[in-house]
Amino acid sequence: MTDTLIQHLVIPLGQILVVLGVISLVVTYLTLLERKILGFMQLRLAPRRVGPHGILQPIADAVKLLIKEDIIPDKADRMLFTLAPILTIIPAFTALAVIPFSGGGTIDLFGYSIHPWIADVNVGVVFLLAISSLGVYGIMLGGWSSNSKYSMLGALRGAAQMVSYEVPFGFSIIGVMMLSGTASMVGIVEAQREAHVWYFVPQIVGLFLFFVSGVAETNRLPFDLPEAESELVAGFHTEYSGMKFALFFLAEYTSMIIIASIATTLFLGGWMRPFPNVAALGWLNLGLDRISPLLAGVFWFATKTFLVLFLYLWLRGTFPRYRYDQLMRLGWFWMIPLSIANVVATGLAVILAR
Amino acid sequence: MFRTEMMDINMGPQHPATHGVLRLKLLLDGETVTDTDVIIGYLHRGVEKLCETKNYHMIEPYTDRLDYVAAMYENLGYVETVEKLMGIKVPERAEYIRVITAELQRIASHLVWLGTHALDIGAMTVFFYCFREREIILDLFEAFCGARLTYNAYRIGGLPWDLPPGWTDRARHFVKIFPERQKEYDQLLTKNRIWLGRTKGIGILRAEDAIDFGVTGPCLRSAGVDYDLRKAHPYSVYDRFQFDVPVTYNCDTYDRYLIRMEEMRQSTRIVEQALDHLPAGEIMGKVPKRIKPPVGEVYHTVEGPRGELGFYIVSQGEDKPYRMRFRSPSFVNLQALPHMIRGSLVADVVAVIGTLDIVLGDVDR
Repeated sequence: MTDTLIQHLVIPLGQILVVLGVISLVVTYLTLLERKILGFMQLRLAPRRVGPHGILQPIADAVKLLIKEDIIPDKADRMLFTLAPILTIIPAFTALAVIPFSGGGTIDLFGYSIHPWIADVNVGVVFLLAISSLGVYGIMLGGWSSNSKYSMLGALRGAAQMVSYEVPFGFSIIGVMMLSGTASMVGIVEAQREAHVWYFVPQIVGLFLFFVSGVAETNRLPFDLPEAESELVAGFHTEYSGMKFALFFLAEYTSMIIIASIATTLFLGGWMRPFPNVAALGWLNLGLDRISPLLAGVFWFATKTFLVLFLYLWLRGTFPRYRYDQLMRLGWFWMIPLSIANVVATGLAVILAR
Repeated sequence: MFRTEMMDINMGPQHPATHGVLRLKLLLDGETVTDTDVIIGYLHRGVEKLCETKNYHMIEPYTDRLDYVAAMYENLGYVETVEKLMGIKVPERAEYIRVITAELQRIASHLVWLGTHALDIGAMTVFFYCFREREIILDLFEAFCGARLTYNAYRIGGLPWDLPPGWTDRARHFVKIFPERQKEYDQLLTKNRIWLGRTKGIGILRAEDAIDFGVTGPCLRSAGVDYDLRKAHPYSVYDRFQFDVPVTYNCDTYDRYLIRMEEMRQSTRIVEQALDHLPAGEIMGKVPKRIKPPVGEVYHTVEGPRGELGFYIVSQGEDKPYRMRFRSPSFVNLQALPHMIRGSLVADVVAVIGTLDIVLGDVDR
């Protein structure tokens, strides 16, 4: 009895706490990283005042947001206004449950084996799709309940955009599921090892579609229309301040990390080092696998995720913003047909290779 | 039970993309703009009236505060108008230095335009690149006249100061590096698909409409009208320099972008030539201590970065003007805004405000 309780309650809770803590820290530092990278691209220094090289800046920002006055506009729908940021942050964090941060072993603690992921659901990918589409409710409710016209426009844009890009987002993953024959995130990584190739090689179109629609899903430049600051002031979160705004902000960056981790898991071999089946390249692990294979896994997972995130920030430093109708046209006329074609082509290839 | 409704939305006076305190009342059908009401006056300081109480020397600093992004041109237009009224001959060296500083100002002004225009459309990096180059120009101006924004750099009849030692070399250095730097903006924008999508076919202003509205400057030239005061009615010593006036025919935001980019190149050419032929000699003409123009009136225009910048002075023979009137290009060009954005989307509104390149200090006066 106690054993089951620990196995199914205490350990998952501990895992959740660790993941939430680490990811929250990573998210705060992602903001600093973004500012540093943008600063580097834009010939300026980025934060430097709080701590050496501005290293404590995210903490200062978080404290500022926490102690800031939390304004609820007079005419706003108080309940929905408060609920919206929560509805945005919950799906973002929930999606972390199925992401395998490392693999190839377990941590043995007090006689229990702990996996480096919270849950290995056999429909992990579908679960992710389902959860990530929930985020749009927070945006819509937030924009609508603010009772502000700019927020309203932002929310409408957000809803239309996220619903449209949900389709190519889902289709781009189907190719990977066909190749691996499983919907489990861990299973897909293992399948890439067995296939001797990471799926971005056969699924390069899929990766491209996934990344572009992922950027659109997370409302980042060049698809940041719902919060286009030069048009809609701040879009759906115009009226938010303090901690509620921080939650929206946190959700956006967590979603970025999730998209990057999914891309890593599905297309870039997850926690595996490059060429995991070539023993001669073992030095790539930098000796981390001698301490623990899990550590090497985390290292590679983090590196790949960071590369994808860097691409995100690079886009932001380079591109102008799409216009609403152009975004829709891109989504419905190019992304969706292309993703369907990709699914059909992959399916044919899988059948012919059988 | 269900019905659709037009939405009134207030853009400004505090909005990140209205370039100051411009207020637009947009009537939206979804995201489509059906009607626009442009409301100005939030920065009105009554400069024209103020000028009636100041003597001619004291007016020049006021002109700085009109178009504060291109204050050299306001100075230039004003002093040339008074000189025209009084028939003062300006020494050659002063004229050349005026041309050099004014053309550098055109580049600086266009850089501000490019940076903010790109920022409005979402390309934030261009802004920092532009301001890097603008900084060099502002440093040059600071060395010349001590100010970085409101210069008060010229005097009626010439210049208050000569160029400081080493200034021409620094200016030459800028002229040398600037074309390379401009290529960086080109790389970021000119062939960028998103940029093309956001600017091509947006904010159409055809030649006949432009002329009806009195629109001048790059906005007029993008409609195929080859009208640049530096060529059409050469003032100062502009007739001595080789330069082209870019003209395009598509009337859209992208064309205005191309024109201003080309104008920066042409301005660099002018500065280069002026630096090569900079004569030695006096910098101040023969001017009485108290400026008392004869009875009469005068209108003089210069080609500012935003268009035709006109000054109208009525003198009654006193040391103060009887009436002072500025024809500010931003104000006149802004009239075309409702026409240009009718039927377009909210996102285009900011693009069109950017392409008109208005300065609210110039609009409201």
